[in-house]
Amino acid sequence: MSDRLLSYNEAIDEAIRQEMSRDSSVFIMGEDIVGAAGRPEFWEDLGGAYGKNRGLIMDFGPERVIDMPVSEMAFSGAGVGAAMAGARPIVDIMFIDLIGCCFDQLVNQAPKIRYMTGGGYDCPVVFKTSYGGRAIPGLPKGGGAGVHHSQTMYSVVAHFPGLKVVTPSTPYNAKGLMIAAIRDNDPVMFLTHRFLGSIGGHVPEEDYTVPIGKAEVVREGEDLTLVGIGGTTSLCLEAAESLAADGLEAEIVDLLTLNPLDEETVYASVEKTHRLVVVDEDTPVASIGRDLAARVAQNRFGYLDSPVTTVHSADTPVPYSAALEEHLPPTAEKIVTAVNEMLVAV
Amino acid sequence: MAIDIDRDKLTWMYRTMRLIRRFEEKYLELLNSGVPFGTGHLYIGQEAVATGVSAHLRDSDYIGSNHRGHGHCLAKGVDPIAMMAECYGRLTGTNRGRGGSMHITDARLGVLGVNPIIGQSMAHAVGAGMAINLRKGDDVAVSYFGDSAVGCGVFNESINLATMMNAPVVFVCENNQYAVTTPVEYAIAGNIIVRPAAYGIPGVKVDGMNVFEVYEAAGEAVERARGGGGPSFIEAVTYRYEGHWIKDDHTKYRRKAEVDEFRARDPIAALKKRVVADKDLTEKDLADVDAEIETLMDEMVKFSEESANPEAAELYEYVFSESTAGDLA
Repeated sequence: MSDRLLSYNEAIDEAIRQEMSRDSSVFIMGEDIVGAAGRPEFWEDLGGAYGKNRGLIMDFGPERVIDMPVSEMAFSGAGVGAAMAGARPIVDIMFIDLIGCCFDQLVNQAPKIRYMTGGGYDCPVVFKTSYGGRAIPGLPKGGGAGVHHSQTMYSVVAHFPGLKVVTPSTPYNAKGLMIAAIRDNDPVMFLTHRFLGSIGGHVPEEDYTVPIGKAEVVREGEDLTLVGIGGTTSLCLEAAESLAADGLEAEIVDLLTLNPLDEETVYASVEKTHRLVVVDEDTPVASIGRDLAARVAQNRFGYLDSPVTTVHSADTPVPYSAALEEHLPPTAEKIVTAVNEMLVAV
Repeated sequence: MAIDIDRDKLTWMYRTMRLIRRFEEKYLELLNSGVPFGTGHLYIGQEAVATGVSAHLRDSDYIGSNHRGHGHCLAKGVDPIAMMAECYGRLTGTNRGRGGSMHITDARLGVLGVNPIIGQSMAHAVGAGMAINLRKGDDVAVSYFGDSAVGCGVFNESINLATMMNAPVVFVCENNQYAVTTPVEYAIAGNIIVRPAAYGIPGVKVDGMNVFEVYEAAGEAVERARGGGGPSFIEAVTYRYEGHWIKDDHTKYRRKAEVDEFRARDPIAALKKRVVADKDLTEKDLADVDAEIETLMDEMVKFSEESANPEAAELYEYVFSESTAGDLA
């Protein structure tokens, strides 16, 4: 592993730069990804509304780094059309909460292109967006962004055959999954956790891919399996330390891809540990966490020594007040509590 | 209008319009004889629009189409035999039986797809235009949509974006005056043709029953787009002779006098009359085309009837790709 440290956002930016250098058909478009559109004197320092793409336009020019008007429907659809016409667009949708404005393109158009054309067209578009906004270890509790800028919502997009959905959890897998997403011939939703952006990690300088559709065992253990998704993987690691102090060794599977979902890695872990807790920051109803729980209950029932358990965000919209919001998402403490309740329930 | 179109092009126009008409009539005929088509939206009456536009397009140009798209595809050059086989759900169809009438595509001809979610293919055409600009090409993308799309949010977003990006897109509004049963004057506020001016792009309203008017307007728009002049807008006022879809009885919401008025201005009859009167083509030339199309129709039906269906084992094919650009690199 490389000694070099990058933040999660820097790792994604590096992946985009390397792919744009490698392949001239790759371009990126979204709202405020450059900032100050049409005013080059501001470009060098701005790098978009959140500074995530600083300097990108200086290296690749305004033909390939393109600020969009507030038109999620048009530019998501333009991403689909450009992908069908031979380009490899990265469509930056500022927040996952905005997908209602372009839902048709995300779920009705992009995922169906290959299937409904009988393989006639590829649709190699990346929809990059951000989710979450609540308590993460080491960061202020409560994002304070309210109901429309804090949701997780990934289960909604994980529902559609043909749409790949990835949820990187570290700078390393964020870079590798972004490169894999850009090279993939199918539409990929690349979901970044809003509060993971500044976390650091070791990232090799060279380009590499982390395979889409493959989960990763990030901690080995014998006593139970914790499944983390994006932002909750670090919570699982924290909970595992606490459980270890009580003599329980948790194995942790970082799901990384929500669709197509790597059941086999989860099954293999459950066959070994006989217990499963899925930690999903989305709200519980019709969620990916419960979907995974159902798959394990249906297909590995005979291996289970305890009821399959899930830890989700509260089934409410996201409140503004930090005093409420801090109680909303999964935490390491809630995971430990869920594990203890599961063991008692045997 | 003086006709400054050569004989080959006039023959192509007649052949294309006649092919569309006969394809659609055959579709209805087959349906009535018991062929279990899922659905279908016939282009009969609107043939002059796709024909007048496609007369300026080459294979590498793109089109985005709507649910009433058979005519757009045939005019762009899609094989009617593969199209009909697709409507039969056959493996030999344009989409290997996965798309059907409302999703005909052809990647070799830039046919991005018949697309029945109103207005959404406008954004695809803009994206194709952006891809053309990215590779510094001189192809164009045509976006076909109906009067009802004018009321959609994606209409505004797509034209705004195309204009901003100076994308080589020709927006063709086929105003056939009905959204299912709802008349345009009820559903669309103001005038359609004043809208392009608000985006600062050229717009022209033409008689969509007259292939020469469409041809002239489309020629200017396509040339502008190819030359880097950005998007244009054409409103072609036209009429569908049949119902919204194959089992829709349009007499329940349209007055007979109105239908008769448009039928009296039939675009194929008008073209025929004109080319014969001007001695560009003879009755015999036209009859030869008709005969050739009838042979094609027979071949088309035979092929579709005899083609195999997809196998059940193929159900999961094409959900995801099996290769990536990484494999190719």
